[in-house]
Amino acid sequence: MIIIVSSKARWRIFWLTLMLWLAGNTVSAVAAGSETEFKSAYAAAEAAEKEAGGLRNQWTVTEAALTNAKKAAEKSDFNSATEWAREAERIAKASIFQATSEREAWKDLEIR
Amino acid sequence: MLSSAQPAGAADRPDPLAEAAAFRNYFVKKFPDVKLEEFANGPYALNEGMRRQWQEIDQFPPYEFSLEKGKELFATPFANGKTYADCFPASGVGIRQNYPYFDAREGQVVTLELALNRCREVNGESPVSYVGDVMAALTAYMAFTSRGKPFDIKIPNDPRALEAYQNGKRYFYTRRGQLNFSCATCHVQYPGERMRAEVLAPALGILNAMPIYRSEWGGMGTISRRFTTCNSQIRGVPLEPQSEEYRDLEYYLSYLSNGLPISGPGARP
Repeated sequence: MIIIVSSKARWRIFWLTLMLWLAGNTVSAVAAGSETEFKSAYAAAEAAEKEAGGLRNQWTVTEAALTNAKKAAEKSDFNSATEWAREAERIAKASIFQATSEREAWKDLEIR
Repeated sequence: MLSSAQPAGAADRPDPLAEAAAFRNYFVKKFPDVKLEEFANGPYALNEGMRRQWQEIDQFPPYEFSLEKGKELFATPFANGKTYADCFPASGVGIRQNYPYFDAREGQVVTLELALNRCREVNGESPVSYVGDVMAALTAYMAFTSRGKPFDIKIPNDPRALEAYQNGKRYFYTRRGQLNFSCATCHVQYPGERMRAEVLAPALGILNAMPIYRSEWGGMGTISRRFTTCNSQIRGVPLEPQSEEYRDLEYYLSYLSNGLPISGPGARP
């Protein structure tokens, strides 16, 4: 099938393609995460993990996520690094929640 | 020593005597066919198949090499000519059942592992790893000299001792790690049940057989090693061996097993 397009339409397609290409690259650059984003996410994760440490309740999976974040950042894969850092922060916050709620909840298990 | 009678209004104060009785009663009721002293043998008290295997294995105990090594180390003089025997009452023979104890002077719980390393340091030697083979060998020998003697852990009439007991209890029942398990989840709620290939041991008498040779580890393990690996298994970052929390936990668990015989060193799958 042959589609005949006018010269005006060809220009429209050209500009549309160019814009989509530019937009796609801009979007992927944002999604990939910058070094600044990673550093911010990692600092937040570290702060949460430190708080969990103060409660004597860190989780091995948080430590592993922080390590993965650092390794990815060393390879300049800031997309993965940021994702790992955010994951670490999420898990660290869960461990803080656990430690806080267990301050009283442990008594429910006690044999009396 | 503490009595079980409490003054009015002291409902929140721990009552170790009454609590130990309730704890024991729980396991006796849960396993009515198991003799009380048998709880010192952990999962072998609860599972007949495992018990038969253990009896076969015990013909040539896998901890024997460690026991021999411990005996030798115990008798070997330090550089200053003294030995471990100089650091302990009764020259360190037949005293395992009295550890851990609450040291009123220091205001903290002293475990056998801690006392052994202190002995080394006082005599100019560097401390050994709490999770290593040397500590396991030394405690294996000392446990062996106490075999059959009942745990005799005392809680002196000192609020700090009671606090240490309470802290140990809190640690025991507190859920931790990503798996959200407490020590009690496995060893109170599910003893005798399988977790993968393992049969979970009851909390009553759980420290009587320490240190243990574990086939899973391919070697000996101290109480410190057991506590830290338990925490790792539930995806919690272990505390430092012999941290205050672990020493208080050992104090609490040992107190609850008062009257049950020392059966260490032991062997486990």
